[in-house]
Amino acid sequence: MTPDLSVDLGFLKLRNPVLTASGTFGYGLEFAPFLDLAKLGGIVVKGLYFGPREGNPPPRLVETTGGLINAIGLQGVGVKKFAEETLPELRKIDTAVLVNVCGASDDEYISVIEFLDRHKGIAAYELNISCPNVKKDGACPALSADATYALVKSAKSASRRPIIAKLSPNVTDIVAIARAAEDAGADGISLINTLLAMAVDVETRRPKLANVMGGLSGPAIKPIALRMTYQVASAVKIPVIGMGGIMTGMDALEYLVVGAKAVQVGTANFIDPAAAGRVVDEIAAYCETRDIAKVADVVGTLIR
Amino acid sequence: MRQDARARIILKQTWGSYHLLRLESAEIAREAAPGQFLMIRVSETPYPLLRRPVSLHDRDGSELEIFFQVAGRGTALLAQKKEGETLDILGPLGKGFDLKAARRSKSAVLVGGGRGIAPLYFLGRELKAKGAKVAVLYGGKTAADLPVRKKFEEAGLNIVCSTDDGSFGFHGFVTGLLEAEIRQVKPDHIFVCGPDPMMEKTATIALAHKIPTQISLEAIMGCGFGACWGCVMRIRKGDGGTWRKICEDGPVFAAEDIIWEKPA
Repeated sequence: MTPDLSVDLGFLKLRNPVLTASGTFGYGLEFAPFLDLAKLGGIVVKGLYFGPREGNPPPRLVETTGGLINAIGLQGVGVKKFAEETLPELRKIDTAVLVNVCGASDDEYISVIEFLDRHKGIAAYELNISCPNVKKDGACPALSADATYALVKSAKSASRRPIIAKLSPNVTDIVAIARAAEDAGADGISLINTLLAMAVDVETRRPKLANVMGGLSGPAIKPIALRMTYQVASAVKIPVIGMGGIMTGMDALEYLVVGAKAVQVGTANFIDPAAAGRVVDEIAAYCETRDIAKVADVVGTLIR
Repeated sequence: MRQDARARIILKQTWGSYHLLRLESAEIAREAAPGQFLMIRVSETPYPLLRRPVSLHDRDGSELEIFFQVAGRGTALLAQKKEGETLDILGPLGKGFDLKAARRSKSAVLVGGGRGIAPLYFLGRELKAKGAKVAVLYGGKTAADLPVRKKFEEAGLNIVCSTDDGSFGFHGFVTGLLEAEIRQVKPDHIFVCGPDPMMEKTATIALAHKIPTQISLEAIMGCGFGACWGCVMRIRKGDGGTWRKICEDGPVFAAEDIIWEKPA
């Protein structure tokens, strides 16, 4: 029997629990040559500021053991170009489109939301309060429960769409930040953004990234991301979307078991542009061979 | 642009740190154009995680050739692949050389440094087939850095070599050969691929002589198809210049559009 892969986030029903992570899937259409986008639970497009943004100087990427440190700095096209050129194309694809919302100030987040609210074809906003590459030493609102609360609260009151707060792992108490987002009215939480990291060229004694520090992603971070997803999913009532180093369906299922209702596939998209679709297939195969009728029944089934 | 997870290696040649692989991959070969590249998975394990970008060296029917130099762990693993094995490749990627600019009876000079010679063989054959007069300038540190020079001769392409140490051909940089070539006959077009300093110098020479020049840049790439925004260079496009993606907007750019910046 074909398993039922749909999941219900409350504010949004998804065909399956597999989304693509912001920053790793461009604006979605880049992947159309490699993958049927309608096969995905949803697409989270690259973070958008109100205007176009230049990003950081190169080198912006360095590979490390089992991972990738990036310091792109959220280069992007801005909301107008996205709404005019990309969104009409994304609307033709039968999948949920989520927009990752950025801002240099609280006001800019609100401007992005108010602008996008006037355009059809967006299922929810993922509030990017956790990019480590835009302020000195990785500073971002998600490092503080108070800043998280204030920003989520104002985004919620401005938005006619659901708000998912994307959290940073670079904190001592992830649960405190998650609770602040929930208390402020977030509809969901996604985690984790990248881990603040660096790499050095010993010959030149220079950092391998022009930005010195960047965000680590990929399989190397999965155990940490999974632990944080578990902690947060155990502590909040709103749905949690887990991410970090998911390369396979089995990786994704680990996140569901610890309580995530959905997952995001990130760095894997760079290596295998069809990865997110393959993860969907592998989840289906797991359910089928174990007589699991509904993948939603796997969520939060950790035995301890 | 597509993925071929099973591109078979049908021929391998090795010269020291340089390697040539001929791959059977009909659909990618059909779409391929000079100056485009492949992203190749070099490991089944998570290290190295990312694919490696490699220039297309030639295309013949359903077959492709890549020519590369071992420059790190990724290319070292690629160099261990054997005939009969398969590779997982994405391609053809990027915008290749603009061939409209080089039509019949036009003259083109192709300048390659080290492994940067890779895309110029495919390009040289295409230009020659279109009736252009082609001269290839091929520079290396020593004679051992010029492994594919005979291949150009066998394809009927006029090739002149230089070495930094004088062990083969002209003693000096390939940019010296270019200056000599321009003094003899000013070409209609220059195409370049090589190390950054050599390309920057070539751009300076070409711009001084007002010769249209296309430069193929090399970069560390995350994905190769425009999704990660990792491989940028400051490029003008009728504007003051901004970070543009080498993988998608390039890797070939007009010399006058590239803003060469020293690394931080």
